Amino acid sequence: MALKTGASFVKLNAFRRAARAIDVKSSDVRKRSITNIVKWLLSTRTRPETAQNGGGKIAKFPGARAPYVSEMKFFNETSYEPIPIYRVMDNNGQIIDKNEEPNLDKATLINMYKTMVQLSHMDKILYESQRQGRISFYMTNYGEEGIHIGSASALSPKDLVFSQYREVGVFLYRGMTVTELVNQCYGNCEDPGKGRQMPVHYGSKHHNMVTISSPLGTQMPQAVGAAYAYKRVPNNDRCVICYFGDGAASEGDAHAAFNFAATLDCPVIMLCRNNGYAISTPTSEQYRGDGIASRGPALGLHTLRVDGTDTLAVHNAVKRARDFTVANNKPVLIEAMAYRVGHHSTSDDSSAYRSVEEIQKWTKDESPLQKFKLYLEHKGYWDAETEKAWSKEARDTVVRTMQEAEKKKKPNWKEMLEDVYYEMPPRLQKQMKQMEEHLKKYPEHYPLNQHESD
Amino acid sequence: MTSLSTKSIVFHKLIRNVNNYAKRMSSHFIYYPDKERPVDGETTKMNMMQAINNAMDITLKNDPTAVLFGEDVAFGGVFRCALGLQEKYGKDRVFNTPLCEQGIAGFGIGLATAGATAIAEIQFADYIFPAFDQIVNEAAKARYRSGGEYDSGALTVRAPCSAVGHGGLYHSQSPEAFFAHVPGLRVVVPRGPIAAKGLLLACIRERDPCVFLEPKILYRSAAEEVPVEDYTLPLGKAQTLRVGAAATLVGWGTQVHVLLEVADMARDKLGVTCDVIDLQSILPWDEETVCNSVKKTGRCLISHEAPLTSGFGAELAATVQEECFLHLEAPIARVTGWDAPFPHVFEPFYLPDKWRCYQALIQLINY
Repeated sequence: MALKTGASFVKLNAFRRAARAIDVKSSDVRKRSITNIVKWLLSTRTRPETAQNGGGKIAKFPGARAPYVSEMKFFNETSYEPIPIYRVMDNNGQIIDKNEEPNLDKATLINMYKTMVQLSHMDKILYESQRQGRISFYMTNYGEEGIHIGSASALSPKDLVFSQYREVGVFLYRGMTVTELVNQCYGNCEDPGKGRQMPVHYGSKHHNMVTISSPLGTQMPQAVGAAYAYKRVPNNDRCVICYFGDGAASEGDAHAAFNFAATLDCPVIMLCRNNGYAISTPTSEQYRGDGIASRGPALGLHTLRVDGTDTLAVHNAVKRARDFTVANNKPVLIEAMAYRVGHHSTSDDSSAYRSVEEIQKWTKDESPLQKFKLYLEHKGYWDAETEKAWSKEARDTVVRTMQEAEKKKKPNWKEMLEDVYYEMPPRLQKQMKQMEEHLKKYPEHYPLNQHESD
Repeated sequence: MTSLSTKSIVFHKLIRNVNNYAKRMSSHFIYYPDKERPVDGETTKMNMMQAINNAMDITLKNDPTAVLFGEDVAFGGVFRCALGLQEKYGKDRVFNTPLCEQGIAGFGIGLATAGATAIAEIQFADYIFPAFDQIVNEAAKARYRSGGEYDSGALTVRAPCSAVGHGGLYHSQSPEAFFAHVPGLRVVVPRGPIAAKGLLLACIRERDPCVFLEPKILYRSAAEEVPVEDYTLPLGKAQTLRVGAAATLVGWGTQVHVLLEVADMARDKLGVTCDVIDLQSILPWDEETVCNSVKKTGRCLISHEAPLTSGFGAELAATVQEECFLHLEAPIARVTGWDAPFPHVFEPFYLPDKWRCYQALIQLINY
C-alpha cells in the first residue's frame, strides 16, 4: 500500500531500516545517524517524538515495532492511495508497454483464446439446457474468462488448484474435456463424482484440481495446508493456487487462510476474482476499505491488483506470483478485478438488482474475450474466418457432448452409500440391505430405469 | 470412658471434616486402570498425556509426512501432550498456528489432501465449533463428493473434552454427539492411557478423518503400564470390560470408570453383576457388541456427561429398543448431564455420578 505522499513513504521506510539497524547494535555512529534521521522525519505528518522529549525511539512491544509519535492520528482507508490495477493491454487489445508483453508463442496464445471461446459456448448451451430442464442447475463464467485462462496458462500442470465454482476455464485449460465436464453436470455414470453433487462441482485428481464443494471460502485454509505439505517435500517445485470471490472473502475462512499462509510461510497464490457481486450483494455492501487486496499487506502477504479482463495481465501476475512463491515459500494475494456479466446462477435474475446499461458496458467495452481477440488479430494470429470456424466447432462439441451425456444412465443407486467411509461400516451395510429389499417391493415408485443396475 | 468417648467424638468430627473436604476436592470417579495388555512386550508406566505423546512420537518418527500443529503446540500444548516433540522433530513438523480453529481444521484438510499426515490439536473441545463447518462439510464429505478421488483420511483432530472439576461452561463440554451425526467421520473417545495410545495410532492411520476426544481429567490422573511398542486398537469396536448378568452399562471416556464403580457397588450392595461396555468408537459404533449384551441381560443403562436431549445415548437407546425389544425387561435408562450448559460450582450436581447411575440401576433392576 502506498502512503498518500510518496515522500513520507520513502522517509518512513528509511526510518524503519535505520530503526532495525539500531535495534541490532547501537554504536555511537549509528546513534548519530539516527538522530539526523529523526530530525529529518520531523517534517512528516506522523512526526515521531523528538529526542528532547524522550522520544525518537522505536517501541519494542512484542506485538509491534513502530516509532512513537506525540501527535495522535487515526489511520483509515483514506490514509493510503488505492492499490493500483496492473494491466498490459488497453481495451483495443494494444500493448501499453512493450516490456510487459508476455513471451508466449503463437500456439499457446491461440490455445488460450480457443479455450476462452470454448468456455463461452459451453456456458451458453448449458445455461440454456438448464432453462429447458435438461440439467438441474448451472453457473456461467461470462466476464471472467480472462482470469481463468490468464492464470491457468501461467501455472505448472503440477500445481494444485483449489477452486470455488466459477473457474471452469481453469479445468478446460488443464485439459479436462467438455465431455468430462458435461458428464458431471448430468451426474451420469461417467461423472467421476458419481452423480452425488450438483452441476458445476467439478474435480479431477489427474489434473490436480481438487473437487469443488459448495460452502464458500472453505477451500482457502485448505489450500494453505496443501501448500505447507508441498513446501516440506524435498526439492519442491509446486505451488498451490486458490480461487475465491469477493463475497467468499468475507468468510472467516478467508482471514484464517491469509493469516495461516503468512505466518506459516506457504507457497500459495490466493487469487480473488472480484466480480463486483456476491449473488445480488454489491461490493459496496460487502466490504469497506480498498477491496480485498488491501488485506494482503495488512496480513503480510505479497499483494498485487490486476485487471481481470486483461488476460495477458493476469498471466503476467500469476507467473510472477508463482515464481516468487515457489522460490521463497511466501504467499501471494492477487485481486483480479472483473465484472460478473451473467446472473449468479440459473436460480438468479440479476435484473432485479442491477441495470441493463451497467451490464452492457462490461459486455461491450471490457469483454476479456474481445480484448484478447483484438490482441491476436493485431499479431496476425486470428481473423474473422478462424473465429467463425472455431466458434462453430466449439458449439458443436458442446451440443454433441450433451446429446451423448443425456443418453448415459445415472450411476447404480448403490453408489449413494459408497465412498462415505474407506470401508463400508456394518450399520451402513445394513441400511443398504434395507433399501435393497424396499426397492424389490416397490420398484415402480423409483426411477430405477434411469440408473445402471447390478 | 468419658475421655474415650470425647476422643471418639473429636475423631469423628475430624473424619467428617476430611470427608467434606474430599467431597469438594476429589474428582467424581475412581480410576480403574487397564490390567490387560493389547500386546506383549515391554511396558512403561504412563499417564494418558504421556501415552498420547508417545503415540504422536511414534507417528512423527515413522511417517516423514506427519505434522502436528495447533494453538500453543510448539512448547508442548497447554496439556503438555506435545511436550518435547518440537525439539525432537523440528519446527516445521511440530508448530504453533494462529489462534483460529476453523483455520486449523481447514489447514489440516489441505495437508491431508496433498498427501501429508495431519494431527491437528484443538485446545479445548469447547472451542471446536468454529471448525465445525470444515470438519462436517469438508473433511467428512471429501471422499464422497469426489467419487473417491480425494479424501481427508490422513487428518486426525484431537481435542481435550469433558469434565475436569472446575472447567465451567467452556472447558468441560463433551461434543461427541454433534460429530456423531456426520456420515464420513470417525469419532473416538479413549478411557485411559493404553486405549488412548492404541486408538490414537489407529485414528492417525485410518483412511477416514477422525475426531479424537480426550477426556482431559485423565491426562494426569490416569496411569497404566502402557506397552512401549507400536500398536493399534480397532476402530468401530466396543470393549466389554466386565461380564455380568443383571444389566448392561454402556459409557465412554471418563464415564466408563463411573460405571465400573457402579458395577462394583451393584455386586457389593445388591449382589448382582453387570456387563460394562466401553463404546470407545462413537461413530461408527459397535451395534453388535452392545445389542448382544442387552439381549443377554435384558436391561440397559447408558450414561454420558453430555446433556440428555439428542445426546449419543438417544441413538444407542433407539437402536437397542429396535434390536432387543423382546429381550428388554425394563425401559432403557439414560443417566446423563442435565439439559443445561455445563455449570461451574454445580458440577457435582450436574454430572451423572455413581450415585445417580446406581439409583438408575436399582430402578432398572426392580422395574
